[in-house]
Amino acid sequence: MAWFKKARKPIASSSPDKPSRVPEGLWVKCPGCSQIIYNKDLERNLGVCPKCAHHFRIGAVERLRTLLDGEWEEHFKDLTSTDPLEFTDTKPYRDRLRVTKKNTGMKDAVVVATGRLDGLDVVIAAMEYAFIGGSMGVVVGEKIARAVEMALERREPLIIVSCSGGARMMEGALSLMQMAKVSAALARLDRARLPFVSVLTDPTTGGVTASFAMLGDVNLAEPKALIGFAGPRVIEQTIRQKLPEGFQRSEFLLEHGMLDLVVDRRDMKATIARTLRFMRAEPAPVPEAPMAAAAAVDSDQP
Amino acid sequence: MPPDTLEFEEPIAVLLKEVEALSMLPQTPERQQSIEGLYRRIESIRADLYARLTPWQRVLVARHPQRPTVLDYVDRLFTDFTEISGDRRFADDHAIVAGFARYKDEHVLVVGHHKGSGGDTKQKVYRNFGYAKPEGYRKALRALKLAEKFGRPVVAFIDTPAAYPGVESEERGISEAIAYNLREMAALDTPIVVVVHGEGGSGGALGIAIGDRILMHEFAIYSVIPPEGCAAILWRDSGRKVQAAEALKLTAPDLLGFGVIDEIVPEPTGGAHTNHELAAALLDGPLQRALSSVGALDSVTRLEARYQKFRAMGSVGIAES
Ligand SMILES: [Zn+2]
Repeated sequence: MAWFKKARKPIASSSPDKPSRVPEGLWVKCPGCSQIIYNKDLERNLGVCPKCAHHFRIGAVERLRTLLDGEWEEHFKDLTSTDPLEFTDTKPYRDRLRVTKKNTGMKDAVVVATGRLDGLDVVIAAMEYAFIGGSMGVVVGEKIARAVEMALERREPLIIVSCSGGARMMEGALSLMQMAKVSAALARLDRARLPFVSVLTDPTTGGVTASFAMLGDVNLAEPKALIGFAGPRVIEQTIRQKLPEGFQRSEFLLEHGMLDLVVDRRDMKATIARTLRFMRAEPAPVPEAPMAAAAAVDSDQP
Repeated sequence: MPPDTLEFEEPIAVLLKEVEALSMLPQTPERQQSIEGLYRRIESIRADLYARLTPWQRVLVARHPQRPTVLDYVDRLFTDFTEISGDRRFADDHAIVAGFARYKDEHVLVVGHHKGSGGDTKQKVYRNFGYAKPEGYRKALRALKLAEKFGRPVVAFIDTPAAYPGVESEERGISEAIAYNLREMAALDTPIVVVVHGEGGSGGALGIAIGDRILMHEFAIYSVIPPEGCAAILWRDSGRKVQAAEALKLTAPDLLGFGVIDEIVPEPTGGAHTNHELAAALLDGPLQRALSSVGALDSVTRLEARYQKFRAMGSVGIAES
């Protein structure tokens, strides 16, 4: 086992200058400050460099751990893509899916769960970048749409943590339509006056940004996350010049009015909790002691 | 003047040159006959070519520089067009047109992308080649809300390569503009018929393409990404665009099969660009039927059906394992 491992470059990263997934190995070199960090310290610090606050990319399950109080229940876990287009590029999409499922232990790029955030019952969806760049295909769209409908049924707040390169090309126009599907569900959540907090992390681009990620009642982002519609390279080709430093980073979006707040990961949970309380989210009922519960049942029967 | 020929129409281009050469000579009954014969051959070759277009050839047809624009259809099928402008926030975006019009004596709102097709370079630049910026989507939504407020149905014409991928688009929130339109159009309380008549370029197209009925022209395309972009990313070679066009399943018959669209609008043999009059006439029936069928529904039923329509999209590609 390696004592020291360089942070691996994520595949198809849209921010090649910032390899930042929490790496394996005992020690890690921070791309932000070049310091060597003990991996356990990094984990304890929610994947944020204790020296310079560089935010390493974290997975969907780690994300839920940073936001929820304790256990959670996962939903719609078994939904999987059937490769409706029978898509093949340099290799069949079917093979790509199989390998990715094996490597991640997941069936697609989002985890939907119900749990408690600072004592508040919430429905939460967290995207997984390790699953084909967190791309949104039919399964991601379906699971997020179901998460929205679940929030509606339970009358609970919805939180979506985005981490995605955008729509999944290998599912063609069907993946494009997921933008419409999720946004339609969010229209109903909006009309029902239920809170939706959108959390944007590095990276959030393309069809994910241009649908649910920008539709939060509040949009929160982690520091220095790449957030945009078109990829930086596409824009450079269009305008034929280098993009300014910090373009399409969280702070740039905040400055241009697209975000409410740039929030350090270590403050994210508390910030969301305050937001949800403003939005009238009620604390989950404290489970009653057995005696009290029995009394309540008795009193219901005349 | 005949429309520009595309690369796969080379046999037609050759015959057109012959016609041109013959037309320059003094006319005789024999020459006249030869010209007519050539035209018949052109028609037969064209019919043959267009009966079995490949996906990439459809991309070329959908992007044809003389493809009819939203205003070409408005001129031929609508009356009393009154264009409205501006998003009341920043600017007027000429890549999206909006206006009041009458269709079969009914007042309707028309919105649509405009690439400047059929015009010169100056007109294309004026339309930004159909690449809309945030203000375009916000103008469209402002117009859509007027249609809702006054209970007028909407006809949306879709023809754009993409939303404008530039610095100012990002600065002014192109993502938010599209996202907000998707959400608001899903719940807009008035009938909406969408006509994808040219290039349905990803989010930029979708941003004004939520509706109760989605019509799509025979040779139009609708895609999550342009084939060139897809090839550049997945094959790392934009030259693989022909393969990418096949893989993306972006043609009208494919999308009808997937339930992304409801109906295919036939085009003149050789594509809508060869005959704008006929193209408009062929749209008239399907458009009228679509408007009257969604117009017959009450609000609650129509909005629920619209929701379920988009809610079901992609279900064909999902299994539980
Ligand atoms: Zn550091």
